Amino acid sequence: MLRVDVEKQLGEFSLHATFTSEGRVTGLFGASGAGKSSLINMIAGLLRPDRGTIVIDGDVVDDTAAGIHVPTWRRRIGYVFQDARLFPHLNVAQNLDYGRRMNRLAPDAAQYTRVIELLDIGALLDRRPGKLSGGERQRVALGRALLSKPRLLLLDEPLGALDEARKLEILPYLVRLRDEANVPMVYVSHDAAELRQLATQIVMLRQGRVTSFGGVKVLT
Amino acid sequence: MLDISPAEWTAILLSLRVAIIATLVATPFGIALAWLLARRDFWGKSVLDALVHLPLVLPPVVTGYLLLLTFGRRGLVGGFLADHLGIVFAFRWTGAALACGVMSFPLLVRPMRLSIEAIDRRLEQAAETLGAAPFKVFFTVTLPLALPGVLAGMVLGFAKAIGEFGATITFVSNIPGETQTISSAIYSLIQTPDGDAAAGRLVIISIVIALGALIGAEWFARRATARLHGN
Repeated sequence: MLRVDVEKQLGEFSLHATFTSEGRVTGLFGASGAGKSSLINMIAGLLRPDRGTIVIDGDVVDDTAAGIHVPTWRRRIGYVFQDARLFPHLNVAQNLDYGRRMNRLAPDAAQYTRVIELLDIGALLDRRPGKLSGGERQRVALGRALLSKPRLLLLDEPLGALDEARKLEILPYLVRLRDEANVPMVYVSHDAAELRQLATQIVMLRQGRVTSFGGVKVLT
Repeated sequence: MLDISPAEWTAILLSLRVAIIATLVATPFGIALAWLLARRDFWGKSVLDALVHLPLVLPPVVTGYLLLLTFGRRGLVGGFLADHLGIVFAFRWTGAALACGVMSFPLLVRPMRLSIEAIDRRLEQAAETLGAAPFKVFFTVTLPLALPGVLAGMVLGFAKAIGEFGATITFVSNIPGETQTISSAIYSLIQTPDGDAAAGRLVIISIVIALGALIGAEWFARRATARLHGN
């Protein structure tokens, strides 16, 4: 479960968003500049709210009144960025293993195999990120985030940097992820069609405010 | 080919030892300072930056004299170190290493700072979302990505240290076998009648070392670019 009630002033722009989601995939929908990325960055802990609370799985990660701000690295979240952000000095296998090493988790061969099959990245393990296509990079980024065993997976326009063909290539993987990976997700997008396929709940943002909340029906 | 005498060998090996120790000791400080200057904003940052570059623009004899005042037997720091820790810099090879370290520091820090500034900070954010604490982010992402720049800084610092003359001779004098580096040996030789041949040999050696170091630095710089592109 994810509960968010935050306020943030960013220059002229003011963000004030409140929602609670139990959904498997919470879609944050809105035009660019609506505050989606700021909101997801606050959930990740990369941005600190001016006021409010964020609760992940019953665990308070932000509460400005109580002076609580859990740093990003202790939130046990996974984050898939629009631009993948694979580590260029590590190969694919090392990138995939990074989160497990940082969190001092025991190797989990079953999960490793499952994620690699799910995302179809077994053939890429020895390669450097510089030698991957955009779609391959995004699949590895998904795998890397999953293998750190997050309790919440954040995806910020993961298809945003890809052309139509590549989007169609990645979308089925995301659907499988939703159905098989068993990790709740927050999915940011400005593309209603994408969210209709993936999201189970929608938070619609407009100029820093939540304008509607509900099932995918609100997208119409 | 080059018929190098034992006395000349002594100077060459001493120079190498002084420059290597100076570079190795200066490197952790250089990395820390480069990171601080590249990443942090704090009060007095521009003063610190100027202070680091000071040895580059001061007359070396001034730097050497200041070192003598500070780290000499009766200096504020030197006296303390000698009395309490038994570390003496004055007229020792360690003093030569200190002088070379200080003089080469600006050149050592600069490539390190540039390479840290060139790192995409969003990669560090990504590391953080994967559970890496700040110091782990530094050692697993920042430092590896900056490594070519760190090595380039070390090579440049080493090249400068091996050629240092003014501050060293002012601080620790020119004692054969203890503080007489290649540079001060050349200086002595060209003041001696019949010293030209020996001076010439040492000149060739120092050109070879400096050139090797510069080519090394260039090679590391090129690797840095390749590395940041993930190839």
